[in-house]
Amino acid sequence: MKTFAYVRAADVDTALQSITSEPRAKFLAGGTNLVDLMREGIERPETVIDITRLPLDEIEELADGRLRIGALVRNSRLAADPLIRTRYPMLSQAILHGASGQLRNMATVGGNLLQRTRCLYFYDEASACNKREPGAGCAALEGFNRGNAVLGTSDHCVATHPSDMAVALAALDATVEVKSTRGTRNIALTEFHRLPGATPHLETELDADELITAVELPVLPVAANSRFRKVRDRVSYAFALVSVAAAMEVGEDGTIGAIRLALGGVGTKPWRAYEAEQVLLGAAATEETFHRAAEAELASATGLSGNSFKIDLARRTIVAVLRQLLTDGSAA
Amino acid sequence: MPDLRLRVNGRQEVLSAQPQVSLLDALREYLGLTGTKKGCDQGACGACTVLVDGVRIVSCLTLAVQYEDREITTIEGVDHPLQEAFVRHDGLQCGYCTSGQICSAIGMLAEHKEGAPSAATEHLAVTGGELTAAEIRERMSGNICRCGAYNGIVDAIREVAP
Repeated sequence: MKTFAYVRAADVDTALQSITSEPRAKFLAGGTNLVDLMREGIERPETVIDITRLPLDEIEELADGRLRIGALVRNSRLAADPLIRTRYPMLSQAILHGASGQLRNMATVGGNLLQRTRCLYFYDEASACNKREPGAGCAALEGFNRGNAVLGTSDHCVATHPSDMAVALAALDATVEVKSTRGTRNIALTEFHRLPGATPHLETELDADELITAVELPVLPVAANSRFRKVRDRVSYAFALVSVAAAMEVGEDGTIGAIRLALGGVGTKPWRAYEAEQVLLGAAATEETFHRAAEAELASATGLSGNSFKIDLARRTIVAVLRQLLTDGSAA
Repeated sequence: MPDLRLRVNGRQEVLSAQPQVSLLDALREYLGLTGTKKGCDQGACGACTVLVDGVRIVSCLTLAVQYEDREITTIEGVDHPLQEAFVRHDGLQCGYCTSGQICSAIGMLAEHKEGAPSAATEHLAVTGGELTAAEIRERMSGNICRCGAYNGIVDAIREVAP
């Protein structure tokens, strides 16, 4: 690993001043992705600012009922939180379906949002990768691309966003609070990650001097009837081929009164399924509607040599989860 | 080189190490505590699992300097009924993953005791469900055993679990 200067930030202001004065610095929290990327030589910070001792590790219910989750709350603690388990179960499930027990004890909420793709060619320095080296090309287009994305792709990049947690947060209309010495701003989770376009090395809206300080969840009654389902090569500890996070409320007349749907494993960013939601909202909660919604969302999907199977798999998983939510909802 | 203060198995240690030294390398190469194993060195195998303030983590994906003044426990500091249970149930063949399995299982049992759910937990709103074989397999999925002694590992943990 390349050497670097280590700074332990004592408070948020000091951390923000450090990153402003050191342009080639990186914040370090749980380390589960950044330390690995540094060892591989993909990330080469000159200064590492350790933020793990900042007081950003609380889960707090605000006066208006929203939940504020500090950026340094560990993934395992968030998944186990009683309010998350009852009000937003899809978020607990999404986190628990990611990584391993040890990694969830280390990984933070803010770090999870910033984790980088596991595209094989991004990790392999001998291969062309526009994300790692802008303009170099993309070896995944013609390579082993079974794990790559089918939605939101470009000629420059087909890397899948790896997070499970972010898929649930996209469905839940979460917002991300970020701070810098210039002030504080809030970014919708669905706007936080960028599509690759011609600049796949630019992954988020976060500026180089900004720190994620919290994630907030809105009051969202529909989320109490929600689920996350992940389809993968192993039953545990594997990245998603396809995942679906969904919440649905069906009225007494059998129509869908509220719906939130997002996909993982298929998109270049956590994929909020707006097209499907548009079909579902106000329609009869039937198999036919679910199929039509899944069709609508995947209509723009583009498969590569090795990952076209994901398009049908995503359709079927959407239908299966909605069917399950219909049963769960009527049992409640 | 800067001094690093680590509290390991109840002892205060001071070592001279650069900040890029992982907790795993600090334990093995600087403190001679070779019970903690290096498998993949990228967070995939769990062989390097240790406990920090009683919480299981992988020591390869973390810088030692981040864990100054925390209470680190390695297999050398463990005295737990799981160790005998692993022997009784043949929870190992070559033994390379065993120290990580045992540290991980100790952390896992504490998590379960505190009511933490897993991906195998069907009813999230209910805490304190039984630690079934399916739950153990899911909760221990971060520890790979290349010899495939999983049945023995699960049996050993079930015997010790309350």
